[in-house]
Amino acid sequence: MLYVVMIFLWTAILLYLLLGGADFGAGIIELFTSDPNKSKIRKTMYRAIGPVWEANHMWLIITIVILFVGFPSIYTTMSVYIHIPLVLMLLGIIARGTAFTFRHYDAVKDEMQQVYNKIFVYSSFITPFFLGIIAGSTVARRIDTEATNFLDAYIFSWFHWFSIAVGLFTVAICGFLAAVFIIGQIEDRQERERFVRKAKTFNIAAVFCGGLVFMASLYEKIPLLDWVFGNPVGITTFGLATISVIFLWRLWDTDKTNLMRLLAGFQITMILLITTWKHYPNIILLKNGNSLSLLEEQGNAKTIDALGWALLLGSLFILPALICLIYSFQKPKEKVKRQFEN
Amino acid sequence: MNDFIAARSQMALSLGFHIIFSCIGMVMPFFMAVSHYLYLKTNDVSYKNITKAWSKGVAIFFAVGAVSGTVLSFELGLLWPKFMEHAGPIFGMPFSLEGTAFFIEAIALGFFLYGWDRFNKWFHWFTGVVVGVSGLLSGILVVAANAWMNTPAGFDYVDGKYINIDPIAAMFNDAWFSQALHMSIAAFAATGFAVAGVHAFMILRKQNISFHTRSFKIAAIFGTIAAVLQPLSGDISAKFVGKSQPAKLAAMEAHFHTEKSASLIIGGIPDVKNQKVDYAIKIPGALSFMAKGDFNAEVTGLDQIPKENQPPIAITHYSFQIMVALGIIMMGIAFSYFIALIKKKSWLQKKWLLKLFVFATPLGFIAVEAGWIVTEVGRQPWIINGIMRTKDAVTPMPGIQYSFYLFSAVYISLSIIVIFMLYRQIKMVSQLYDNPENS
Repeated sequence: MLYVVMIFLWTAILLYLLLGGADFGAGIIELFTSDPNKSKIRKTMYRAIGPVWEANHMWLIITIVILFVGFPSIYTTMSVYIHIPLVLMLLGIIARGTAFTFRHYDAVKDEMQQVYNKIFVYSSFITPFFLGIIAGSTVARRIDTEATNFLDAYIFSWFHWFSIAVGLFTVAICGFLAAVFIIGQIEDRQERERFVRKAKTFNIAAVFCGGLVFMASLYEKIPLLDWVFGNPVGITTFGLATISVIFLWRLWDTDKTNLMRLLAGFQITMILLITTWKHYPNIILLKNGNSLSLLEEQGNAKTIDALGWALLLGSLFILPALICLIYSFQKPKEKVKRQFEN
Repeated sequence: MNDFIAARSQMALSLGFHIIFSCIGMVMPFFMAVSHYLYLKTNDVSYKNITKAWSKGVAIFFAVGAVSGTVLSFELGLLWPKFMEHAGPIFGMPFSLEGTAFFIEAIALGFFLYGWDRFNKWFHWFTGVVVGVSGLLSGILVVAANAWMNTPAGFDYVDGKYINIDPIAAMFNDAWFSQALHMSIAAFAATGFAVAGVHAFMILRKQNISFHTRSFKIAAIFGTIAAVLQPLSGDISAKFVGKSQPAKLAAMEAHFHTEKSASLIIGGIPDVKNQKVDYAIKIPGALSFMAKGDFNAEVTGLDQIPKENQPPIAITHYSFQIMVALGIIMMGIAFSYFIALIKKKSWLQKKWLLKLFVFATPLGFIAVEAGWIVTEVGRQPWIINGIMRTKDAVTPMPGIQYSFYLFSAVYISLSIIVIFMLYRQIKMVSQLYDNPENS
């Protein structure tokens, strides 16, 4: 059952990165769009993410629950030593979720909309940025459980070039995912081209930020190059991801939007696979050379069993409903209605 | 402000904030389901408009409840890492099930809010019901986790170690039923009264009277039935607390001395130093009856509890008094409403009845907050009752007060924005939902 729980943990992180990421990306795209096009883009994106956004963020809750129920010492180590970026990410989540809802549900559309928009776009940037910082700091070997002063224990555990680069990389990935996801939602030719351009830009930005991550890892003496290129699995996944990028770039002008999404999702899956494979089963690498491993830090065998069953049972309900939700809102209103009535 | 007090304040603030939004988010879908049903059955567009108007409110409350709940799932570790390290695997079961229930709720809400004219109308109605049921279920599960902190179960505590962990037994701990029942009914009463109060106010202002009258009736019926049931569940809770957490009951009642035929103390100012309560009304034997069902039974007083294990007495006592007093007022209003519905239809047109509801708008939520203070402060100094002290669970990170200030600023601004938005929703009813030209 431990392995079932671990698979769920990995999948929840992946789905949060893909679905939550696309969701954050919608705000990031808005942030980097020039004023005249903003309102149009906003409308398109609202149609795309409105019905699904809250469900997308549930993956974070699933992740955190798996951690604190199944692997409490991993959860508490993160909570203590990367407290500050976690708090900043949470503030981002609060600001973003509420601003998104407020701007849509405010009964009067007036200058308050500008306030909601501003909060929404900036928090859409900040939240994944700190998520990236958190992810980066778990593997950077800077978390020092023996630190005796505030800076070493609570600041330098996460504040270094590597995690910042990972933060930027995460932001770029989110923008990329959102653009690719939304392309498939658009019927209008001109509007579509705009999003294709955005997808290209964010893809280039992601590659660039990926380069930054490598540079930062060299500077911070983190053996990232070895993790990626030092083993056959790393090389293969990296190769597959590269091929899928090339493939994707040949598709931009076609109508194969689902294939585009699939390829984008595949790339992100590969990236997550590379970065987690080499450390498996370790999930947090500490400064003193020790690591917190999923296999060793499991809280309690009986709890893991129960958690595994709860997750399996839960996914029986969640997955069909979620797929149905995403699928239903893919199509224009009339089509779906007809289908349901037949 | 020291870190321990800051951490407790931040936790109290976050829970106190979240509880309002989660109550509304889990109860209002039931109101909507009723009005939606009435619309589908009668084809009366005004019920559709009520459903839509309410659903806007639910979307707002749900979003704020969801994000503040996400924050809480992190804050447990950010503020109380030592607690979570040991408690996580024991009381985590309800949380993992709650994850599912909450997920379903979010999915169903997506269907419901965006599904108008998109799906079969009964399927659409059903998704609204799912929102309510799964929301209620998440509430019950979270309360089960809290109940575990009051009556820890599902493990053996030997030499500072937590062994023989049984997460299922932990979930069905002794307190879960009475707490879940009391909290669920409280959510219905508080939300029902709050919503009814707002609509009553609009009726008194003579705006969109038919719209608000219909809305008022649905909310008032839910709220008043819950308000009448609540004292019964309160009685179950009190008897249970008397048995399982004598220190909490003693603090609730500011009951200093163990005695037979103990008096129920109403109001008053507890004088902890001299171990007495000034200016209180005392009903002899009533506390024994309330706690044990027997006027002569002995009730443990604070004198039996070592000083270092006593909860803060004044706060617990005042909060309990406030909760009970408000509960009784709401029950009184509920009875007058029943009389109006069944016997004296003329009362329904009377201003005083509506004014009573307007007056009662915030009472349910004040009672909910007071009740949470009773259960949380009344458990102190323990975070796991009798096992782990709250001060031993707090994070080693210094400077928590800044985090507390930050979250206070965020939650205060959010509250202001939400109130502002509700005000605008209500103001726009005449244009959006009750406009003869639209329908």
